[in-house]
Amino acid sequence: MKNTDLILHSHDHDGVDRRGFLKCMAWAGTGLFCVVKGGVLQSFSLGHHSDHGMSGDLSFAQISDSHMGFNKPANTDVVGTLKTAVDRINQFPTEPEFILHTGDITHLSRPEEFDTVDQILKSAKPKDVFYVPGEHDMLNDDGKEFRERYGKNSQGAGWYSFDKKGVHFVGLVNVVNLKAGGLGTLGPEQLDWLQRDVHHLKHSTPIVVFAHIPLWSIYPEWGWGTEDSAQALGYLKKFGSVTVLNGHIHQTMQKVEGNVTFHTASSTAFPQPQPGKAESPGPMKVPAEQLRSVLGITDVNYVQGQHSLAVVDSTLA
Amino acid sequence: MRARVFVVILALFALAFAAFGLASTASAAATAQKADSEVKIDNFTFGPGTMTVQTGATITWTNHDDIPHTVMSTDGVFRSRALDTDEKFSYTFSKAGVYQYYCSIHPKMTGQVVVK
Repeated sequence: MKNTDLILHSHDHDGVDRRGFLKCMAWAGTGLFCVVKGGVLQSFSLGHHSDHGMSGDLSFAQISDSHMGFNKPANTDVVGTLKTAVDRINQFPTEPEFILHTGDITHLSRPEEFDTVDQILKSAKPKDVFYVPGEHDMLNDDGKEFRERYGKNSQGAGWYSFDKKGVHFVGLVNVVNLKAGGLGTLGPEQLDWLQRDVHHLKHSTPIVVFAHIPLWSIYPEWGWGTEDSAQALGYLKKFGSVTVLNGHIHQTMQKVEGNVTFHTASSTAFPQPQPGKAESPGPMKVPAEQLRSVLGITDVNYVQGQHSLAVVDSTLA
Repeated sequence: MRARVFVVILALFALAFAAFGLASTASAAATAQKADSEVKIDNFTFGPGTMTVQTGATITWTNHDDIPHTVMSTDGVFRSRALDTDEKFSYTFSKAGVYQYYCSIHPKMTGQVVVK
């Protein structure tokens, strides 16, 4: 992989190169991505990355919040925008090996809504899709329909793990047994399972955790957080590289905390307001010609020997 | 003599009207106890947040929001299906008490019913 620009040194002595970070993020839309290595950012060209195609490298896509069945003014064609998302995935410079869907697949948990999403995703080049449910996928039946379709190898409410090219993936469910006035919740049974699931893994194993509601506290007033995520992250403290991929908030956000990179994806259906910028976190209407620019997908790349995964968002525009 | 009879008749009429008036008020009150009370769901909020009703009253929740919500009592007393826009859920409160409830999809949305 060619290193096109090396941004050096932390000016605040806290391991974060802020000036470099801003410079790097400004390039994000041009096909460059930023890799955090030991708190220092390096930028790499995606084009160069795909030329090498090194074995052991891993590329996958994340989509989220397709809300199949939604038909209000914020987007009267969620089928069309999901199809556009699939087209974009099929145009990634490196073909993703699989897709992660971080939930709210459907809007009302209806069988025909699940069917439609399955149908549309058949046109994606990556044939494997791994799902975790959103709260909209668990209506009226506590997730029975969801688990029948996508939870064959899962436990409890639908959590599971799998390995791809040495990277350990953990799908968590934080949208059931929600308590009044509360946030997302993982629950003791799932936390117990997680502790046992990662216990034997080498510290050098890259970990990717995916769940619907953010596993960090973004805006508790709107329920944008998970009340017991600290315990989960505690079990992952020993690992050198942890990437947390979430959805639910229908906008991209990132946070890096030590060895953990947190990231939320855009929706393929409709945007939601920024924290506190509206009365409530509901669907946000934008002018029709702007809709696709506020919807999006995420490309994730892991290169053998690199410290962290590179997470790149792009819109459907 | 005629004047006294007149006064008595007037008094009787007055009593009758008063009794009728009271009866009307009483039956109106009884009707109010049993009538539907409305809770509007909109902008991720139950309105009013606290609803006070008489025992035997029925409350109807209507979802005016553009996103589905549920009405779930915290004690398992009542639970609606997911309500899409314009869908309703009704529950009749036959026992006095305070009933906390919330939306199981968006648990930050809470409300309560006080049944007297």
